Amino acid sequence: MSQSSVFLLMVGGQIESAEFPDFDDIYCKYCFTFGPDWLVTSGLDEGLTQVTKKSRDDRQQFVWNFPLDITFKTTNPFGWPQLIVHAYGIDAFGTDVVRGYGVTHVPITPGRHKIRIPMFVPESSSQLQKLTAWILGRRPEYVDVRVLAQGEGREVTRVRSQGFLTVSFNVVMKDMKKLGYDVIPSEMSTSVIPESVGPNSGGTTET
Amino acid sequence: DEVPLMEDVDEEGYGFYAVRKAEYDDTPETAKKEAEKLYYPSVTSVNAEEKAKILHDKQPRFLEDEGFYVGTRPKISGWNVNKMENRLIKELHREKWFGEDGRMIVLPNPLRPTPSRPPIPEEQEPGLEVQYRKAIMHEFDSRYIDGSLDNAGYYQLDVDINSLSFSHHHLFSREHVLATRLSQLYEEYMDRQKKNMAEYLSEKLKALKLSAVHLKDHMAAKKSEHNYADRSNFQKRLQDYKDEIRRARALRDKEEKTDRLLLKAIIKTWKDIKQQREKQKFINTPLKLQVITEETNKEFDLTQWKLEIEDELEEMEEEATEIYNRKKTEYEEALKKHAEQVKAKEDARVRIHKRSRKQSTKGSRASLGSKASKHSAENEPNPEEEAKDQEILNEPEIEIPDKPEEFNKEQARKDIIAKAKEIRRRPGEPKLYPEVTSTQPITEASKCPRGEQQRRNDVSKCEMFLKVLFNNKEVSRTSSKPLTQEFKLNFGQIFSLKIVQWPESITYQVYETSGFGGEIICEINSSIPDSSVTSQSVQLENLDFSSDHRVNHGHEGVGSGVPFSFGAKNEGTETLYTTGELRCSVAWAINDQGELLVPPSTQEQGNMFYAMRKMDPVTAIGAAGVVDIQKLAKWFEDSRLDPNDPANADLVYMLKSKGGESALLGPKEFFRLEQLQEEFNFCDDEAIDENKRFRLIYLRDSEVTEFKNYKMIPLLDRDIPRDTFAEYEKKKREEEKYKEEKDIESHRAAVSKFMQRVREQVIRRFRLLAHQRRLEDVINEEAVPNIALLGTSVLKLTERRRPLRVERKERKKVVPQTIDNVKILININRAVYVPRRVAASRGGAMTAREPDKAVKNIVGETQVQPFIEVMFQDVFLHTEVGDGPNPSYNEELEMPFKAPNEDYTPGNLQTVTDNIYLNLFDQVLIDIQEDDRQRGTTVHQRIEKKWLGGLTIPFSTVYFNGKIDGTFKLNKPPVLLGYTQGPDEEEGTSLRSNEENTYLSVFMTIEPPLQPPEPMRERFATTEDEKLLQYADNWEKTLNAKFSDREYKTTVIDVNGKTVFVTRYFKALEPPPDIFGSSDTEVKKMEVVARYVSMIPSVSDSVVFPGLCDIWSTCDQFLQMMAGDEEEHAVLLANYFLYMKKITWLIIGKGIPEGPTAYVMTEQENDYWIWNAGTGEHFSYRDSYCPLQSISCLINAENIWANVQQYEKPAQMNFDLSQGASWRSFFTRSFPNTGIASYQPERLYYKPTNKNAVLDLQEKIETLLKNKIMEWRSRLITRWNRHCTQIMRKLLPVLEENLGHSPGEQHLAELESTFSAYKVSGFPINMPYNEINPIVDAVFSTRVHAHDTSDVEFALAVYIHPYPNDVLSVWVYVASLIRSR
Repeated sequence: MSQSSVFLLMVGGQIESAEFPDFDDIYCKYCFTFGPDWLVTSGLDEGLTQVTKKSRDDRQQFVWNFPLDITFKTTNPFGWPQLIVHAYGIDAFGTDVVRGYGVTHVPITPGRHKIRIPMFVPESSSQLQKLTAWILGRRPEYVDVRVLAQGEGREVTRVRSQGFLTVSFNVVMKDMKKLGYDVIPSEMSTSVIPESVGPNSGGTTET
Repeated sequence: DEVPLMEDVDEEGYGFYAVRKAEYDDTPETAKKEAEKLYYPSVTSVNAEEKAKILHDKQPRFLEDEGFYVGTRPKISGWNVNKMENRLIKELHREKWFGEDGRMIVLPNPLRPTPSRPPIPEEQEPGLEVQYRKAIMHEFDSRYIDGSLDNAGYYQLDVDINSLSFSHHHLFSREHVLATRLSQLYEEYMDRQKKNMAEYLSEKLKALKLSAVHLKDHMAAKKSEHNYADRSNFQKRLQDYKDEIRRARALRDKEEKTDRLLLKAIIKTWKDIKQQREKQKFINTPLKLQVITEETNKEFDLTQWKLEIEDELEEMEEEATEIYNRKKTEYEEALKKHAEQVKAKEDARVRIHKRSRKQSTKGSRASLGSKASKHSAENEPNPEEEAKDQEILNEPEIEIPDKPEEFNKEQARKDIIAKAKEIRRRPGEPKLYPEVTSTQPITEASKCPRGEQQRRNDVSKCEMFLKVLFNNKEVSRTSSKPLTQEFKLNFGQIFSLKIVQWPESITYQVYETSGFGGEIICEINSSIPDSSVTSQSVQLENLDFSSDHRVNHGHEGVGSGVPFSFGAKNEGTETLYTTGELRCSVAWAINDQGELLVPPSTQEQGNMFYAMRKMDPVTAIGAAGVVDIQKLAKWFEDSRLDPNDPANADLVYMLKSKGGESALLGPKEFFRLEQLQEEFNFCDDEAIDENKRFRLIYLRDSEVTEFKNYKMIPLLDRDIPRDTFAEYEKKKREEEKYKEEKDIESHRAAVSKFMQRVREQVIRRFRLLAHQRRLEDVINEEAVPNIALLGTSVLKLTERRRPLRVERKERKKVVPQTIDNVKILININRAVYVPRRVAASRGGAMTAREPDKAVKNIVGETQVQPFIEVMFQDVFLHTEVGDGPNPSYNEELEMPFKAPNEDYTPGNLQTVTDNIYLNLFDQVLIDIQEDDRQRGTTVHQRIEKKWLGGLTIPFSTVYFNGKIDGTFKLNKPPVLLGYTQGPDEEEGTSLRSNEENTYLSVFMTIEPPLQPPEPMRERFATTEDEKLLQYADNWEKTLNAKFSDREYKTTVIDVNGKTVFVTRYFKALEPPPDIFGSSDTEVKKMEVVARYVSMIPSVSDSVVFPGLCDIWSTCDQFLQMMAGDEEEHAVLLANYFLYMKKITWLIIGKGIPEGPTAYVMTEQENDYWIWNAGTGEHFSYRDSYCPLQSISCLINAENIWANVQQYEKPAQMNFDLSQGASWRSFFTRSFPNTGIASYQPERLYYKPTNKNAVLDLQEKIETLLKNKIMEWRSRLITRWNRHCTQIMRKLLPVLEENLGHSPGEQHLAELESTFSAYKVSGFPINMPYNEINPIVDAVFSTRVHAHDTSDVEFALAVYIHPYPNDVLSVWVYVASLIRSR
């Protein structure tokens, strides 16, 4: 297959922090989902963060600063990569329970982006099950988290929000404009770097 | 941790937080301010002074003491009341808060102290009871406006009955009669006076005359200027004028005459009245006639008179002259014609006379000689002439008209004068104007004679009323009113009729009552008002009526229908009937909202119109019921309405054209749902079809198999490989091609078309379902624990960590993403009862031995050297060569497996149709040493493989079952030349005798284990009874709880994707009658039927319907599709057996190698036979080599029996179905079978197979196979032995007749003896016909062709046995012959 009609998307960034009131000891799993036309050329599309404790100030934040670094190659923008983050924590009985699922698209414009993802968990289908789930520490979870990246099948679920998670992305693209996809405003893309800036400009102040 | 992290931050400094006491300003100023703003209402009662102020120093008044009722005040604590009073007293309008007694105004507590509710009686009141009635079908009745009585519309007719007046009544006195007559005449007179026709006509006459004169003058003056056409035109106009004048005069004369007669009649009647009054000496009626006379100028009149007469006379004369002239010319012409005719007749007569004379002379001469005959011919009277003459004579005589008379002027003048005298006022006569007034005083009753008094009495007693009848039913009646002396009645009543039926008639009946009882006088019919007649627009109308009622009176009343006279003086009598006039009206009502309560004009369109009326601009402008918009548009155009006029905006909007061109106002003809869709389309559908990339994306999205997992669709069109669609299109083309191939496979083509359709339909359904998810699919949730679960979890706690008894652990299934390098592990243990080479092979030629490995028999020769070759996806692997008829291999072969598109998801895997072929070969080493001298030093041998049998296991079976483990019977050809299976004479002891089959022990699995497809969620639509399905569900659940690995089937899916109850599939169906042939015994017949069924090709459900399992088609669908899996075969076979009156069940169980499957079981005497419908074989249930391994349930049309025994192997089971401990039936006494109708067709129709087509096919296959063999041996020469082929051709039909069993030793011996000079090895292969390719594959896999030598000859024969309905049994006999040396 010809490689000429391919563009690259390089995503760096961090899973920075999260807010989960009432919980502690949380770690995250993340994965990227993407359409059939996408290919990971380098980097990891799945990962697991360290366990973090709540900050002991009034911000009550969980900080991971977990790096993301992945490069995609694709022919079609269809199926743009999405980042799915699922957070887990340890409950009062010491069992591992899910604390939140969240999903976001990788930003479609180059540059630095900071995204605050709302996190949610599926609800138990009945009060009795809620109780047993709490006792046994086996809360309802998604069979396949990739469901979150699609619309299909979501209508059967009921969820409750649990907190927020902040992710920062640094997005770099290559060849996208060449293939006819204009994702940034024209005044930004054609901006000229002022010539006076740079080491040479210092020369004039010699005297 | 106790040490703070940042020590340099002090308490009061700039730390994150600091804790201090709350600040509070406690200065006296604050207190002061507070005192200003705040106060505390005291709890003591308000002091009397304040109260007095409120009451304006009045004494408090206590209403209660005065005896008024005051409600009890709600109980409030005194403090709170005081507090409130204190608060209120500070208010601005404090008075209004306090009552006259000086206390706060308080409403009594509206609540009851105790809650209660109205008593609800246990039993309902009898009157209010609701009774159940069955729904009644209400017949549609066209008489009702809305079709039924309880209609929705509200329609109302208003009937206004104003007054009734009699023009004759039986109580009329004579004077009344005359007076009525007078007033009628007068009315007429007044009417005529108003119109004044005479005057109008004489004016008209004058004008006409003037125009005529003008025209005449004009013509005379311009005579020369006009051409002929003009002149005739003027002439015509003049004539028109004259005619008009004549007509106008005649009319005027008539009118004048009527006027004059009327006047005369009035005067005469008045005279009569006066006479009557005189005679009877009292006055009855107030009528009085005054005649006003107007004097006239006699001379003027006279000239006028004369002028008139002269005018008329002149005119008359002119006319008469004209007529005279016309008649005269006519007369003269007629005279002339008459004279001519007379003359002609005379001539004719003369001619005839002459001829007759000539005839007679000629007749006398003719006898004289023939010589004259020629001459006479010339004189022969011409018959034509004669006829003509005769005709002339016979003509009727032309009548001579009377001679016209000339105009007699004097006579005419006399006539005119006489006429004028009659009809016109004579000159000098005064003009008379009559005037009728009702000023005559009426004589009082007391002064009247007795008769009159009685009459008047009767009149005042007489009362009348009207009934209103709607559709001949009385709907209302007026109050009864007394008759006045003037014989008038005033009702002034309006009746509103709410109607539900279409109005047919409205009738009034006039009743008269005098004293007791009513008497109908007459009936008056009123017309049904037009829908535009409303109660606002209607005008009262007069309806005349009359009655033939007969009444006679003894008093002055003249009676009705009775002759009476006006006394002695008046000669003659008169008979009058009661007549009169009713003033009334009928109109449609208008309700308060101004809506018309008219029923819709016609039934059908009515309601629509009614609804449209509000918004339809057409009805708004008043053209009710206009529907033809085309016409309206045309009218709009014709009448040139201004489209820009706001008054026409509605119309223009309605007629707005499609193109927005306001000049072409045309009606809209369509309605669009998404009118903006087009604008948002990037490109049209065609562009998408043409664009390769779009097409690829579309196909991928619709999950077409070839493109389902297509990765990285290129962005640009040109980057898409050209052959991307090649395969897909080829497949499509093939589908098309099937349709075209007519010659042999027309039926198969039709079938494949049908299959394709069914398949597409089912796949579409399935796709839809697959994309509908349930909570369980998305969310992993713990089930609600029940006791059993809790119990086991409690038990788990006590479990030992490391149990001594090791249990097999389930292998972990692999998630499809991470798979590569999948293998099929095939563990071949051993084979038993492998055929041995026959003694003939002991000839010198065959030196099949391998000295170091082969174990020789006593004689020192090996019997057979079998090995197993496995073929899968074009990869061959084989085991080591074993030795002897019962070799043991214990080898594990690793077969690589590649999924199409590298897609290892269950959805894709279950579409894999590859088969695993296991073939048993005998390895024969042939010494081809040419030179005996080298024998000591060199080994030169050729290895030959002889096919001994094979086994085909579809990949899907392995995949679905996870593993396959067992001993399988090999498919062995019935005739295996060169090999024998019977008891081994030499070893004799070790083998069980008579074992005909070869068995192979194999274990097969996939590594790593692939995720099996999830069982289909049976959420299909169904037409079954809900109760039945629920019961079935429960039944299955309870049984599965006990025996989780047994499959209990109650419902299956049909080809339409509907859930069907399984017993519906059973019904006795007739097998094709002509398959039995010579088979006589019962068993033989059954075998034939089984063979027929087994010859229908087998295709796994999962291949036909990828992603869907367990679809059962009915027998007719099965026969039409000519493909199905075990269930379809088994059901068909069972149904045939049912037809043959066998006791038959369908077995649902597990078999080898199919896995979950369906067999058929029949009851034979003392035995149960288990039939494999796919192969046609049958086994006794005690047979340990029966491929059926377990039975989970039995099904037939009546019931389902679930196996609840400990064992499930047929040999260990008890087949007494009545035993509840062994079999649990579905339908029991508590849930009986209510007769579930069969789903199968009434009967099956078999179409005969086309013999010629079969022969064609046979030929085609044979040629193809021969070509293929030559192709496979392309390095070597392939020779064909015709003689052998001939013999084989003869043998094959015999094999078919034997149902695939060996034809017997004798037959083989014959064959062998024929080829004693050859070493023959070959065998027949039998298979159902589906396509050619599998046949080629089967022949290829036997490796008959694999003789790497040229000195071999081949024989190949193909035979197709046609069964009805295009079921074909294909036999291929293939053999290799090597000349013995």
